[in-house]
Amino acid sequence: MAIAIPAKAETAARRRLAWRQLPAAIALLPAAVIVLVVYLGCMVWTVRLSFTSSKLLPKLDWAGLSQYERLFANNRFLISIENLLVFGFLFLAGCLVLGFLLAVFIDQRVRAEGVFRTVYLYPHALSFIVTGLVWQWFLNPTLGLQKLVRDAGFESFTFDWLVSREMAIYTIVIAGIWHSSGLIMAILLAGLRGVDDQIYKAARVDGIPTWRFYVSIVLPIIRPMVITATVLLALAVVKVYDLVVAMTLGGPGIATEVPAKFVMDHLFQRQNVGLAMACATFMLVTVIIVVTPWLYAQYGPNSQAKGR
Amino acid sequence: MSAVAAASVPTPKMSPSGRRPKHVTWGRIGLYAFMISVALFFLLPLWIMLLTSIKTMDEIRLGNILALPDVMTFEPWIAAWSSACTGLTCEGISVGFWNSIRILIPSVIVSILVGAVNGYALTYWRVKGANLMFGILLIGAFIPYQVFIYPLVRIFSTVGIYNTLFGIVLVHTIFGMPVMTLLFRNFYASLPLELFNAARIDGGGFWTIFTKVMLPMSTPMLIVAVILQVTGIWNDFILGLVFAGRENLPMTVQLNNIVNSQEGEKLYNVNMAATMLTGIVPLVVYFVSGRWFVRGIAAGAVKG
Amino acid sequence: MAEVSVRDVSVAFGAVRVFDGLDLEVSSGEFIVLLGPSGCGKSTLLNSIAGLLEVDQGQIWIGDRNVTWEEPKDRGIAMVFQSYALYPRMTVRRNLSFGLEMAKTPKDEIERRVQQAAAMLQIEQLLDRRPDQLSGGQRQRVAIGRALVRDAKVFLFDEPLSNLDAQLRNELRVEIKRLHQRLDATMIYVTHDQIEALTLADRIAVMQDQAIQQLGTPSEIYNRPANRFVAGFVGSPRMNFLDGHLEKDGGETVFVAGDRRLRLNGYAFERRPEPTMKVSLGIRPEHLIVGDGGNCRLDGLTVDMVEPMGADSLVWFRDDHVSLGVRLSGETVLREGEAAPLTLPVNQLSIFSTETGARL
Repeated sequence: MAIAIPAKAETAARRRLAWRQLPAAIALLPAAVIVLVVYLGCMVWTVRLSFTSSKLLPKLDWAGLSQYERLFANNRFLISIENLLVFGFLFLAGCLVLGFLLAVFIDQRVRAEGVFRTVYLYPHALSFIVTGLVWQWFLNPTLGLQKLVRDAGFESFTFDWLVSREMAIYTIVIAGIWHSSGLIMAILLAGLRGVDDQIYKAARVDGIPTWRFYVSIVLPIIRPMVITATVLLALAVVKVYDLVVAMTLGGPGIATEVPAKFVMDHLFQRQNVGLAMACATFMLVTVIIVVTPWLYAQYGPNSQAKGR
Repeated sequence: MSAVAAASVPTPKMSPSGRRPKHVTWGRIGLYAFMISVALFFLLPLWIMLLTSIKTMDEIRLGNILALPDVMTFEPWIAAWSSACTGLTCEGISVGFWNSIRILIPSVIVSILVGAVNGYALTYWRVKGANLMFGILLIGAFIPYQVFIYPLVRIFSTVGIYNTLFGIVLVHTIFGMPVMTLLFRNFYASLPLELFNAARIDGGGFWTIFTKVMLPMSTPMLIVAVILQVTGIWNDFILGLVFAGRENLPMTVQLNNIVNSQEGEKLYNVNMAATMLTGIVPLVVYFVSGRWFVRGIAAGAVKG
Repeated sequence: MAEVSVRDVSVAFGAVRVFDGLDLEVSSGEFIVLLGPSGCGKSTLLNSIAGLLEVDQGQIWIGDRNVTWEEPKDRGIAMVFQSYALYPRMTVRRNLSFGLEMAKTPKDEIERRVQQAAAMLQIEQLLDRRPDQLSGGQRQRVAIGRALVRDAKVFLFDEPLSNLDAQLRNELRVEIKRLHQRLDATMIYVTHDQIEALTLADRIAVMQDQAIQQLGTPSEIYNRPANRFVAGFVGSPRMNFLDGHLEKDGGETVFVAGDRRLRLNGYAFERRPEPTMKVSLGIRPEHLIVGDGGNCRLDGLTVDMVEPMGADSLVWFRDDHVSLGVRLSGETVLREGEAAPLTLPVNQLSIFSTETGARL
């Protein structure tokens, strides 16, 4: 009995504690439902559907890996993957290099710094649709850049990438870099501004040339920002859809198809749910491969950013 | 004579003193040249968009894409607003504009409130399993919409909210939740815990503390959240395309329809006017908000 | 070894003038400390000498060279910073050698200098570690090492010990002093810590309001402060001040505060005081004597509070007008509320004009 009383009191206290947290639990309920139903439920459902023979309507049969076999035999999908790699590599490299250069240059105490920053970042405020349409207009061979240069006297000038099967993907790269390098500049500039001023002074006393200072000393310091920026861009690459729809609609032909568009087309136009879901699962796996190491480094047990 | 004498006095070699005379170095010139070229490259599309939208079609066909118009016309803007054709109907992009507004306002308010409540509850109230939930939510932020869209469409049509305004608002709330929650959680976690404890000792309950103490302090985060959500939702294409339904198609979708599904001759001036009209809202937000926009980017970048 | 000379230097940040025609002469091999509260301009002065900040007017000479327009790396200086400012993600060895590599120093010469500096600072075993694997004290040793390898004639220290805890600070202070003795180099050292200043310096420049208030040896600064600011800033526990005025009484000058009259016989006035001038009389806590012994007597005070401080005690005396701290060695038998006469030796006093703050 003597032992039972404090135990009882403890459970009562615990119950009171749980009772006090009830409003918080209720407030978090919608979020919990969404996490369960959408973020977990829909994801599992999508993966499950990729193993079925669903066409127009979802079926819950078991078709093994047949959708994946079909997917990797699908020319359009293979072109999508190739485009994703080409676009991904050039877009990443372009944005990172340009963004870093712009950030470093702005950090050189330039005049009208605010104006430059504003100009470099404004494309990021625009949607990919607007971006794609403007570049589509500017790069169209009949009335755009090509005509401009030809009218200026260079009769033989040709710039028809937009309508060329081989080159169209590069126009999307240009538009993408235009849209996103300002973002990278903003992130890296924030990093540069966070570098201890005394390190800069120490480097000046040591007589380290400016470019060497940025490459050998600053770049390692802002490495976390560079990694974050890279992950952001990589995710944008996997998700790229609107830009392609607005600029080329996947054309000419299927020259600029991308996986995200592959999923949408097979879901809503080609009524091939199983194949679309296989491609969606493929995207999911890609993202997991990109993000997991980063998440682990950022928030994992040995992370440096702990307690942030 | 005296002038000669003055000139013949040997002037001592000037010893450096004071500020070093500024020399314009080649490095400096190159730096500005690069920055200005890039700035021009960045401004070019905006300039072309604006110019094209105030030219007549004849001038576009004959003239130079960079040239100022001989005759300035606002016809394309009027046409884009009120009579441009999206497939079958010809009511202009104004329809899309008002649709976007109708989607935007409730979506922004609901998604921010949900994010604020989540962030507050996660920071101060230790609810069992909440952190696990938050972890999944964060990972969810990285996953492309394509992974969720199909099942979500099935659920929505079963419940009867597919292709409705409520449906699209709900979708924006769902997909805005990770970033909004993270934003407010990080903000509340940066406030001193003593504040919350003092409010608890004063007898505040969950909602009282939230509405009376936390929310009034959250103004900076609310501004950042509004900027993020207004531009994000306004610029959304794919969710509006899938979930909004014919009656509620947002401006971006309408714009794409106008430009990319035109039959016959393309009216580039109208297209560019429509594009400008669609871009104006986020551009205004951007130019007005200035540094806040950058803060939003930084906050969003943490999430990745 | 080189002298440093700051001649008529002015620095301005935009419209805000920081210095206006400041002069400072540091002789070769001297250890000079710039001491002052934050915002007094001491770091600005150091940065100007280093060339990290351009001066708007005036000249800076190091050795027999006018370096006003020279880059920091060409001035023959080395600098140690408060936040250590080590290059992260480079090993200690590379931190030491990086600047030399940039200056195209021959490999074996770099190796020799790094070894020498490492040996001098006892950081040989740390050479292959990275800064984030070092403690604060070790990091600052490395930072000093990075300055050493430069073979500079002048060493500049910008609050190098402020980020360290008390014990490490004492250790490194001794180390820096030893280094100065061994290298015989000119050192300019910025700090807000008066203990560092008093222990390290050959001469101290006490700064306040963007100007040098007094330049002198630690003993001059401590015993004959040039003005009321220096008197109050240097010394802990703080100097006691009594406000009052002077009167002439026969041939003698008398300090009058309320009904208290102190005869200033034996005080060496630096300048002739005007009669009836308002003054502050300053006396350090350790110079006040309980009981007789001084030649000037303060009556009517009672013990207000006793603060034991280990090696000595600080006893606060007060009456309705004044409160005086007295430093007594060891523990004291005085109890609160007890009355005791205080005396003071007139030659240990400092008297300042209330109006200008200058020493009389």
